[in-house]
Amino acid sequence: MRSISFGQATVEATAAAMREDDTVVITGEDIGWGGNFGQFKGLLEEFGPKRVLDMPISEALILGSAVGAAVTGLRPIASLSFVEFTMGAMDEIVNQAAKFRYMFGGQVSVPMVVRASDGVLRSSGPQHSESFEAFFSHMPGLKVVAPSNPADAKGLLRSAIDDDDPVVYLENKKITFRRGPVPEEDYRTALGQASIARTGSDVSLITYSVMTQHALEAAQVLLEEHSVDAEVVDLRSLVPLDIDSVLRSVAKTRRAVVCHEAWTFGGFGAEIASQINEHLFGELAAPVLRVGAQSAPIAFSPPLERALVPEASEVVQAVLRTVKP
Amino acid sequence: MVDIWLSDDHELGIASLEVPVAVDFKDIETSLEAYRKLLLIRTFEETLEALFAKGKIPGFVHTYIGQEAIAVGVCTNLRTDDYVTSTHRGHGHAIAKGIDLNGLMAEVFGKVTGICKGRGGSMHVADFSKGILGANGIVAAGTVIAAGAGLSIQTREEDQVVICFFGDGGINKGTVHEAMNFCSVKKLPVVFVCENNQYAQFTSRKLTTSVSDLSVRGVAYGMSTESVDGNNLVEVVEVSRRAIDNAREGLGPTLVVADTYRFGGHYVGDPQAYRSEDEVNESRRRDPLLLFENYLELHGLADSDRFELEKETISKLVNKAVMFAEQSDYPEAHTATDYVFTDLIEGRQ
Ligand SMILES: Cc1ncc(C[n+]2csc(CCOP(=O)(O)OP(=O)(O)O)c2C)c(N)n1
Repeated sequence: MRSISFGQATVEATAAAMREDDTVVITGEDIGWGGNFGQFKGLLEEFGPKRVLDMPISEALILGSAVGAAVTGLRPIASLSFVEFTMGAMDEIVNQAAKFRYMFGGQVSVPMVVRASDGVLRSSGPQHSESFEAFFSHMPGLKVVAPSNPADAKGLLRSAIDDDDPVVYLENKKITFRRGPVPEEDYRTALGQASIARTGSDVSLITYSVMTQHALEAAQVLLEEHSVDAEVVDLRSLVPLDIDSVLRSVAKTRRAVVCHEAWTFGGFGAEIASQINEHLFGELAAPVLRVGAQSAPIAFSPPLERALVPEASEVVQAVLRTVKP
Repeated sequence: MVDIWLSDDHELGIASLEVPVAVDFKDIETSLEAYRKLLLIRTFEETLEALFAKGKIPGFVHTYIGQEAIAVGVCTNLRTDDYVTSTHRGHGHAIAKGIDLNGLMAEVFGKVTGICKGRGGSMHVADFSKGILGANGIVAAGTVIAAGAGLSIQTREEDQVVICFFGDGGINKGTVHEAMNFCSVKKLPVVFVCENNQYAQFTSRKLTTSVSDLSVRGVAYGMSTESVDGNNLVEVVEVSRRAIDNAREGLGPTLVVADTYRFGGHYVGDPQAYRSEDEVNESRRRDPLLLFENYLELHGLADSDRFELEKETISKLVNKAVMFAEQSDYPEAHTATDYVFTDLIEGRQ
């Protein structure tokens, strides 16, 4: 199969959706030029400025107008180049997009996608390096997707655009340019279905987004150097959450390490760990551990950035603590 | 004083070159001091471009090349205890307001001797002892922060002022509306300086902004407004002085729109497919540094020998800062969570 980047894979999904449905439009800053990470390349050329809208630097407008357009017949994809910029439009996401359907008694749905790039990329500093999925998944009414590879990026984005609820689609900067096999045809990957990225018998690594890549690397090291056979469960979407796949895996391995790049404290991993405990308490051979960032804004200086944010080696260490207590 | 009507050519940044009589600038020392500041910013930024190309600078860097006369011109009128809020393109503002050069350079390198101890980097340089309330990676975040600093000055009954630097792209952020309205209604001592460099990242101002004369945005809030050729240092000094004097005297905020052009890409390494080389070359004919050299020569304040001498001195200064930064250590990994809170927080990993 041909290999394309994560960013290109999202372009294919968007283009397919836009060809199929005239109501799909994209709004965002600098998207006519292809976006900061090339994730909109060629779309202006194909679909024109009525459907690919270069917006002012007005995040409240970008998100708020998506809500307004979504409840009046369009299916907007509102895009922000760094997830930190959603903070200037949190009202529009949390108080408007997430609540419209519920507080108006189901009269409308809000079929919109919020795209935002998150995560650490080579010293981007405290306002351009973070991961906020915990904020979004905390909020009832928002669906949250965080793909880990180009093939899923394409299929999940296609489903997110189809979805009648607001979906926050988080694309990690570190993997935006990474390539992987992607089918050429148009396809959808259902939201709320985890994938087993690697099967194993000794411990379950529950993860998503860029951390899936680190977990797979860790699994390799664990097998070669420590004879530990790790299973990697890639959640792919956080809301809806495929807790059944998580529980099935942990019931088998009896050990779990939940891994993400975002802060550990109050992070999405706590939700997973808690649900595992609620369902499998008596069957666990070790406490569920979490791997995530230390509690500080993500620093600029390379050694500090690296110290704060986990990669494969931190996953390996955590696993060793659960298998050799 | 509200002037909505501007000549069309102001739009293109080719306002009349007729230089107002600037008393200060007939004085050799003051004018050379301003010249050194312009040079310092230019040299600092060009040095960063070279260092970045060699892979010595982490992250990304936004340079201020071409816009130097705005920061220098405005800050010439400021006291050390006045405040500035800045943008992602903040080195120039910081240097003009007197940041320690070694600390600035070391910060951009991510070293522990940096002004923010390596935590912030290029986009977050700040020196609170000099009233520099921070470069900021969030566009137009400085506007509401400036309003708060203005409120603080008014509450403390001081006569400081706040300069809020922001961009023509930033002018469309909602925070600008909120800040300008509030500063105007409270007559806060804030001067908004909009650096109209024609682009926001890769997008031309014309595509996203409802008016071509940005000063009318100030009119809407009942503020005084000024428009100025941002490449003409003398004009910037004059115009911003009026605004600053008014703010100090309690007459309220002004919006100063300074027309300029960013010579470099949005960030160092930007391929700049969105604009033509001709356009950039054309703009370089109005290099603020050259314009000020012409002015100094015209008034017999300095000649080309003097310029060369100053350039050498400034180069040495910047090279020393580079050496300082290169020889400094990186922060140690175990200090990564220092400075999050003022005290130790239990139970938080
Ligand atoms: C709230 C927010 N939205 C978007 C961005 C991304 N961004 C960084 S700089 C920039 C353009 C800013 O243009 P302008 O205000 O004109 O300043 P200039 O870069 O021209 O100095 C954009 C969109 C950001 N940093 N913050």
